[in-house]
Amino acid sequence: MSGPLLVVENLKVTFPSPSGPVDVVKGLSFQLGRERLGIVGESGSGKSMTGRSILGLVRAPGKVSATRLEFDGIDLLRQGEKGMRAIRGARISMVMQDPKFSLNPVMTVGEQIAEALVAHKRLPRREIAARVRAMLEAVRINDPDRVAGLYPHEISGGMGQRVMIAMMLIPEPDILIADEPTSALDVSVQAQVLDIIDDLVRNKGMGLILISHDLNLVAHYCDRVLVMNAGRVVEDCAASELKNAKHPYTRGLLAAQPRLDETRDELPVIDRTTWSAA
Amino acid sequence: MTAIHIDNLDVSYGETQITHGVSIDVEEGGSFALVGESGSGKSTVLKAIAGLAPEWRGTIEIFGRPRSHGIDPDFARTCQMVFQDPYGSLHPRKTVDATLMEPLNIQGLSDHNERIAAILKDVGLDNRFRFRYPHQLSGGQRQRVAIARALIVEPKVLLLDEPTSALDVSVQAEILNLLKRLRRERGLTYLMVTHNLPIVSFLCDRLAVMRGGRIVETAGAENLKQGHLQNEYSRELLALSAPPAV
Amino acid sequence: MAFTDMRSWLLDESPASRSQARWGRIFRISLAFRSNTLAMVGLVIVLALIAMAAFAPWIATHDPIAQDTYARLRPPSAANWMGTDELGRDIWSRVVFGARITLAIVILVAALAAPAGLLIGATAGYLGGWVDRVLMGITDIFLSMPKLILALALVAALGPGIENAILAIAVTSWPSYARIARAETLTFKNADFIAASRLQGASSWRIVVGHILPLCTSSMIVRVTLDMAGIILTAAGLGFIGLGAQPPLPEWGAMIARGRTFILDQWWVATMPGFAIITVSLGFCFLGDGLRDVLDPKSGEKH
Repeated sequence: MSGPLLVVENLKVTFPSPSGPVDVVKGLSFQLGRERLGIVGESGSGKSMTGRSILGLVRAPGKVSATRLEFDGIDLLRQGEKGMRAIRGARISMVMQDPKFSLNPVMTVGEQIAEALVAHKRLPRREIAARVRAMLEAVRINDPDRVAGLYPHEISGGMGQRVMIAMMLIPEPDILIADEPTSALDVSVQAQVLDIIDDLVRNKGMGLILISHDLNLVAHYCDRVLVMNAGRVVEDCAASELKNAKHPYTRGLLAAQPRLDETRDELPVIDRTTWSAA
Repeated sequence: MTAIHIDNLDVSYGETQITHGVSIDVEEGGSFALVGESGSGKSTVLKAIAGLAPEWRGTIEIFGRPRSHGIDPDFARTCQMVFQDPYGSLHPRKTVDATLMEPLNIQGLSDHNERIAAILKDVGLDNRFRFRYPHQLSGGQRQRVAIARALIVEPKVLLLDEPTSALDVSVQAEILNLLKRLRRERGLTYLMVTHNLPIVSFLCDRLAVMRGGRIVETAGAENLKQGHLQNEYSRELLALSAPPAV
Repeated sequence: MAFTDMRSWLLDESPASRSQARWGRIFRISLAFRSNTLAMVGLVIVLALIAMAAFAPWIATHDPIAQDTYARLRPPSAANWMGTDELGRDIWSRVVFGARITLAIVILVAALAAPAGLLIGATAGYLGGWVDRVLMGITDIFLSMPKLILALALVAALGPGIENAILAIAVTSWPSYARIARAETLTFKNADFIAASRLQGASSWRIVVGHILPLCTSSMIVRVTLDMAGIILTAAGLGFIGLGAQPPLPEWGAMIARGRTFILDQWWVATMPGFAIITVSLGFCFLGDGLRDVLDPKSGEKH
């Protein structure tokens, strides 16, 4: 591996409000190699904005600034909309939360996957069909030929999310950003979808940024974890070290989750007053 | 005494039958969980009890009284419901005060001010929140208001439809603690729908696992805590919610 | 000092009483409204129209129906700001008094058509089933006829006159409000907060009036404001063909009709009331657009 794929230094995302500009992300720095990075946080922590700002998807009036935001030597902040379009999808892909809103309801699944491919590469039609088929197989869809001809409303949520992953991975990007890819799915399907992402990322040697509110999930599927709170990273550690987390927020989050073998009469609640002022 | 008695319940939406012969009994003061994945029919059972799914056959009895197929104000005083999405369950143009006033008006209860102040205090909301609109509240605060609205008519049974699944972990802990305390203090009976087994462990004493509109297993919470569920599907769910790495 | 106190009282995040909460909401909406220039222009025009109608006897320079055959068809001058018509009446004074008629038409039509449409639409949408089919069937029959033709037929049947014109316009405009109210109702009908009130034992009437109507009113206000221009134009159209306000009432549409004969040589006779119609219509359109930005439930709840 030669140097990091993605370098983020002092990333800030700012939104105007009636009482002056508000920083949603306050000076975030990290590097991503061909590894699996998890970003965990609660709503309002800025985790989703971090993912979006990498792809230039922060909508006006939001503003993104950083001392460095480089992908494979390309300065992402200096790319125009055209430059970003060439990177988006082709080299950095993003899987969003709910497949229902991300798939075009009037196109078949196969057409949509094919479109993701032809948007970035010119290929003969036979080749495209073969690749779509292979990709559907890779996301463990048993009868790819039938599914390719279905419309989004004819497939289940879990299948929809697998189709989304197929669409995102068919141009063979270097980085996959998955923003809560399974929170709209049932637990049994969740595991399947995450296993598929995990397999593909490992086999193709891609970088993965998994954004989630679920500490357990991130700890299980990632190598390294950033815990965010109120726009800042409060904990940066190896996933296996999460149980020894030092920051009171991380520890609070871990303790606040009910357990299967629960014996506590009351769940500990995070006392934000002790450290959030800092 | 049995608070909720359901026997051989078949609920349909039009032509489609959603549940098949569901039978459960919840003791007064008990806390019972219906567990399953989406499409298992667990929410439908709750809706039938509440009166929001009027097409059903079988028996639904609340404290020994058979439930009619409609909704009447009398029933409302015994049984209330808390919904999953705190962002959709409060009227966007009504203040907290107006939202809590409504059930009092319908039930013809007096002492509006005192009752509202007392219930807000009980769900852990400061009087500052009383005249706010929902968009000025966080998700957790909204869910507290929804719980207050359900409890202000002093029901004995509370139906909970995934009450914390739309909330952050730290907020979820606060709401779960609140629900546990309210049940203890008010002697409430809970029937909760959830897909999250650890929450069942924390809040409930019995559970029924549902799949495809049928109950596949009914067990005590101790069995869940010790991992002693019998049915194959229940064990599968259990395996999936066992914390993997942490 | 008192002003800043007032402002912070209104913008308080934690109001201490029902009225403070309500005034705070109104104040926030008005703050958003003030930042929209076109909307403010519209508001000024509409306020000017209201002021004109209220103070017509003081603003007008002449008696609007007094004829002066020696001063027929005079061009605009210092004595007659907008000139005179074929009977020597001062056009400015007639336009000023015409504001009263226009305003009366607009207010009466809005007061008759909007509540009727709102209630019919919300009831149909909420109850569904055969109630919905019957009510919407009637609505569709009305909608399928061209508005002006239907109004014409009604006026022809009831007899010409301003009251019948108002009635006719109201009858032709409620169906579109009913459609909108029904569509809005359908989006809220299955919301959890409606289910919650049903579970509290609220009657259908209580839910429609207490929960659904308040959610439809803001889009209805916007819609009615935008329709004001159309109402004014329809009234003017009826006046123009002689089925609306009868002479000597200074109704703008009727004034244009009379001025039509002289449009080439004495342009001001038809142009001045026409100008008034355009200004007021535009004013209502700007106002409606501005109101939509601040009141629309789809965008309004975000701030």
